[in-house]
Amino acid sequence: MPKRVLLGLLLACGLAAPALAQEPKTGGTINAVIQPEPPGLMLALVQNGPTQMVSGNIFEGLLRYSPKLEPQPELAESWSISEDAKTYTFKLRKGVTWHDGKPFTAADVLFSIEMLKKTHARARTNLAQVDKIEAPDDYTVVFTLKQPFGPFLGIFEVGSMPMVPKHLYEGTDWKTNPYNNAPVGTGPFMFKEWQKGSFIRLVKNPNYYEKGKPYIDEIYWQIIPDAAARSVAYETGKVDVLPGGSVENFDVPRLSKLKDTCVTGAGWEFFSPLAWLWLNNRQGPLADKRVRQAIMYAIDRDFAKDVIWNGLGKVATGPSASTIKYYTDDVKKYPFDPAKAKALLKEAGYKGEKIRLLPLAYGETWQRWGEAVKQNLQDVGMNIETIATDVAGGNQKIADWDYDIAFTYLYQYGDPALGVGRNYISSNIAKGQMFNNVEGYTNPEIDKLFADGAVATPDSKRKEIYEKAQKILVEDVPVAWMLELQFPTITRCKVKNLITTAIGVNDGFKDAWLDK
Amino acid sequence: MLSFVAQRVVKGVIVLLAIVVLNFFLIRLAPGDPAMVMAGEAGASDQVFVKQLREKFGLDKPLPEQLFIYVKGVVGLDLGFSFRQQAPVAKLIGERLPATLLLTLTAFAISLALGILFGTFAARFAGTFLDTGITVFALIFYAMPIFWVALMGILLFSVAFDWLPSFGYETVGANLTGLAHALDVAKHLIMPAMTLGLFFMATYTRMTRASMLEVKRLDFVKTARAKGLSDAVIQRRHVLRNALLPVVTLAGVHSGTLIGGAVITETVFAWPGIGRLMYDALLQRDYNLLLGVFVICSAMVLIFNLITDLVYRLVDPRIEFAS
Repeated sequence: MPKRVLLGLLLACGLAAPALAQEPKTGGTINAVIQPEPPGLMLALVQNGPTQMVSGNIFEGLLRYSPKLEPQPELAESWSISEDAKTYTFKLRKGVTWHDGKPFTAADVLFSIEMLKKTHARARTNLAQVDKIEAPDDYTVVFTLKQPFGPFLGIFEVGSMPMVPKHLYEGTDWKTNPYNNAPVGTGPFMFKEWQKGSFIRLVKNPNYYEKGKPYIDEIYWQIIPDAAARSVAYETGKVDVLPGGSVENFDVPRLSKLKDTCVTGAGWEFFSPLAWLWLNNRQGPLADKRVRQAIMYAIDRDFAKDVIWNGLGKVATGPSASTIKYYTDDVKKYPFDPAKAKALLKEAGYKGEKIRLLPLAYGETWQRWGEAVKQNLQDVGMNIETIATDVAGGNQKIADWDYDIAFTYLYQYGDPALGVGRNYISSNIAKGQMFNNVEGYTNPEIDKLFADGAVATPDSKRKEIYEKAQKILVEDVPVAWMLELQFPTITRCKVKNLITTAIGVNDGFKDAWLDK
Repeated sequence: MLSFVAQRVVKGVIVLLAIVVLNFFLIRLAPGDPAMVMAGEAGASDQVFVKQLREKFGLDKPLPEQLFIYVKGVVGLDLGFSFRQQAPVAKLIGERLPATLLLTLTAFAISLALGILFGTFAARFAGTFLDTGITVFALIFYAMPIFWVALMGILLFSVAFDWLPSFGYETVGANLTGLAHALDVAKHLIMPAMTLGLFFMATYTRMTRASMLEVKRLDFVKTARAKGLSDAVIQRRHVLRNALLPVVTLAGVHSGTLIGGAVITETVFAWPGIGRLMYDALLQRDYNLLLGVFVICSAMVLIFNLITDLVYRLVDPRIEFAS
């Protein structure tokens, strides 16, 4: 072993030693920001971001995922897959109780899945390949699939499949069940109080099945609607945790320089938010592939990353984020090249027709990004008109295909079969709906590749299929991929182990502790 | 007087119903509906999901039927159900109304008291350095947007000096009771109430000053002076009292605007009142909740207007109630 490597190893071990030796301390309160105020906390009924962030502490799924997206035990302690990859058997953890003391069993799993199929759009899609679910005993659940489904082990985290207490929901009207406002889960923290407009308070679950956890006594989720006020709340020491997206990006460098402040972009590996521009393939100049390619060349995406996103994230190379399975960067490249963009526009015969750009109404950061893109496109001679809307109005316009270019970002859920294909396959073109193939791209080859990819075995076959799909899509530019986003989480450095899994702050604070 | 009040109440109810109908259609003119917003937030939208939500919200029914159901509810004092927040609208508003009333009434009191005081001084010492000082001071607060004053206040009093809390209604987690709790709330109230109050104070200052200067020139003031009354008595009893009428009118009009102004103040200071509830409901197209807030705000404006009319009579006995 070369000396330098050895020295490096020794240094690394030496440095790592104190960290390893640091035993978690118990007690204390974490004050975190939640934005916007969640409409409800019943994760099986409401699936928006803030709901999951708070309820990820109350509810649990069968599995969690490591930052590398490897499945880890949560309510299921082990699992096995049959030879033909059609039967998945989960062994549930014993001794788990709901917050009201009733035991958690396989019956709860079966009930939850039946409920989620009716209330959770993503779970319904994820479970489409499931033929039947059985519980041979109280602690075993067997899923039998219609055909092998590659990403199946990736659909069990708390947000995708939260477990619901059967004894409190069976036979009730779910929508008006009183427990929606005082949720009962199996998680490390229990719901205590919600003062609407002010805060949500969770307290430690003393009977949590992982002995010694959670370390923290209570969590206050503070509701502060104004982004500048959230920054000040951190600055003045009133909150300790600003989850990703809580403050405007231009405040991040300032806040991260504050004393005892730690910043991380980790905890988004499962969601892998990918930002792109919807391009309406149906009509006008954008129906021409060359114009769409010109847009890719015209936009300075490094500028967006470095200036608007403070260097966090990564320039996207195509429809898959680099953090999800079967990603390849062996695709056509679109560097910032205004001259090439102009040439392509000329070749396509673009004559200055008006193009409507819809920015995302998620605050200053997105507003600025919209302005930067508009300027890039104007620089190559495109006639851009910005349409200002609020979120509801923007969603409606996109769903009704009433746009030319529109900003968005979507989660990818770790596997192309879960979060990528949905935006490009032609069976997903449905007016009035969002987040499907709203750009109107149609390519039978792509349809077939995504259909095959979901059910192909072994893994190498899936890899081959998805790599091919990425190559075709990047050539066709159905949408203009911008950045793999990372929303920085800002915390006081005394908050340890806050982010340990691929969904970060959304996975509950069961490992977190305060180094007081 | 009773018949006057009764008449005004009946008229008020009719106006309120007209407002309900108008608002009902107005908010539906904005693109996007609650189902679309919720599907958007869930990051998933298939036809079943959106259809389910629309059925749940009653948005699948024809518009006239939706209106009928709503008006019927309002007449029966039922403001409906917020499906988004899974709670009756009346309960949601009820939870938030005290905070808004505390904020707006404090701001109102501050603005009136300071406005009339400064206006009187400015008029009394018209043309002097003091007058110019007060006028400029008032103009500055009148010209600055509320959110700007709020943010500057936070920077100065929370970040730089650390004297006042920057957000919220009380210290979360402190579990204070009694006097300690009241003081804690008061400390949280100072900045939002001053921010909201100073803007309106500016108008009252200028209005009082202008009105007093006008009254001062009238004959009865000369008579009072000829009678040998002291300057203080003339200013207070004769000039101010007569000059207050336009200020009272303005205050009546402002009572409604105060709630509108509270939307911004409540948002910046995270004050858990109905201004913010309205703002969130608007962005989320929570129709029932939004309409509910509108109904309550309209009712408050009508009530304030009635109070204004009654105060007129107190300020100026020459005004009689027409019946």
